[in-house]
Amino acid sequence: MSIASTSNASAETDDAPLVVGSHTLASRLIVGTGRYDTMEQMRDSLDASGSDCVTVAVRRERLYDRGGKNILDFIDLDRYTLLPNTAGCYTAADAIRAAKLGREILKTLGNPGADWVKLEVLGDSKTLLPDPAETVAACRELAADGFQVLCYTSDCPVTARRLKEAGAASVMPAGSPIGSGQGLLNPNNLRIILEYLKEDDPDYPVIIDAGVGTASDVSQAFELGGDAVLLNTAIAHARDPVLMAKAMKHAAIAGRHAYRAGRIPKRLYGTASSPAEGVISTRPYGSNA
Amino acid sequence: MISITVNGRRVEIDSEMSVEQLLDTVDVPPNYLAVEINADVVPRETYADTIVRDGDDVEVVTLVGGG
Repeated sequence: MSIASTSNASAETDDAPLVVGSHTLASRLIVGTGRYDTMEQMRDSLDASGSDCVTVAVRRERLYDRGGKNILDFIDLDRYTLLPNTAGCYTAADAIRAAKLGREILKTLGNPGADWVKLEVLGDSKTLLPDPAETVAACRELAADGFQVLCYTSDCPVTARRLKEAGAASVMPAGSPIGSGQGLLNPNNLRIILEYLKEDDPDYPVIIDAGVGTASDVSQAFELGGDAVLLNTAIAHARDPVLMAKAMKHAAIAGRHAYRAGRIPKRLYGTASSPAEGVISTRPYGSNA
Repeated sequence: MISITVNGRRVEIDSEMSVEQLLDTVDVPPNYLAVEINADVVPRETYADTIVRDGDDVEVVTLVGGG
């Protein structure tokens, strides 16, 4: 085993890498770059997560009162594939504009992320729940324009199916509302989405995006059969973001291992791990009770 | 003088200028930026030839942290 083999969730095992469209990622954890106290803390957290793909947002440059640092000075573009998002857009038209602007910057930077986008079209600023109609419309148009579209969506199986039909390279159902930390609120819907989208297409990537609160949520997402997890706030707003990033990395490894290993079925009654024969004890309720 | 809008702010400039000239006036590495005029992305290779005209709505964006 080489030293490099401990660097991420896939390389620690004989697991296949994550493939989304034309992109192959070593880690199955995609992490966001928002909401950190400092750029340095973000950089160290990304490093600790073992991820090789990070999301970024497109925003107006503060041309006239610029005192801040640019995030690009803190992200190693040779190490990370950037995944630009359309966060903050409420219409298909605005999301398409944001996607094209992000692509233009990434093309200039020479980053491989120039040909894909995390599509997020919100329907409501309080819940941050996605607008399914606008998301489907934007997905179709961006896919036709050559983008590989990774679609943030709710945990609705019907919408997920529509997005795949609209040409999404990956459908990314939310575990719970963005930044809410509520974990996976409806695992049954996520199971149905995985069943629908992978039926006759087992390698189609489904990424659980949003709502993660702590490490066990990540493990659960993989145990359900998710191909990857995308998270941000659960690391950035943890008391110790770098330590939480490590926890998320290990949770991804643990959950993915468990999924591939195959969990035992749940049973109502206990089944002894130690042999029933040769015991020196007597049973208070007889041998069958 | 012509009047343009840059990132939602009305700005008066002496005369029409290229996108390249406009970006020369800001203190940000141009490879960190993308430019839109009237909701259409301006490809980088056309910055020198694309002229910002009176009444244009210009957006200059960069990448920031996000999830």
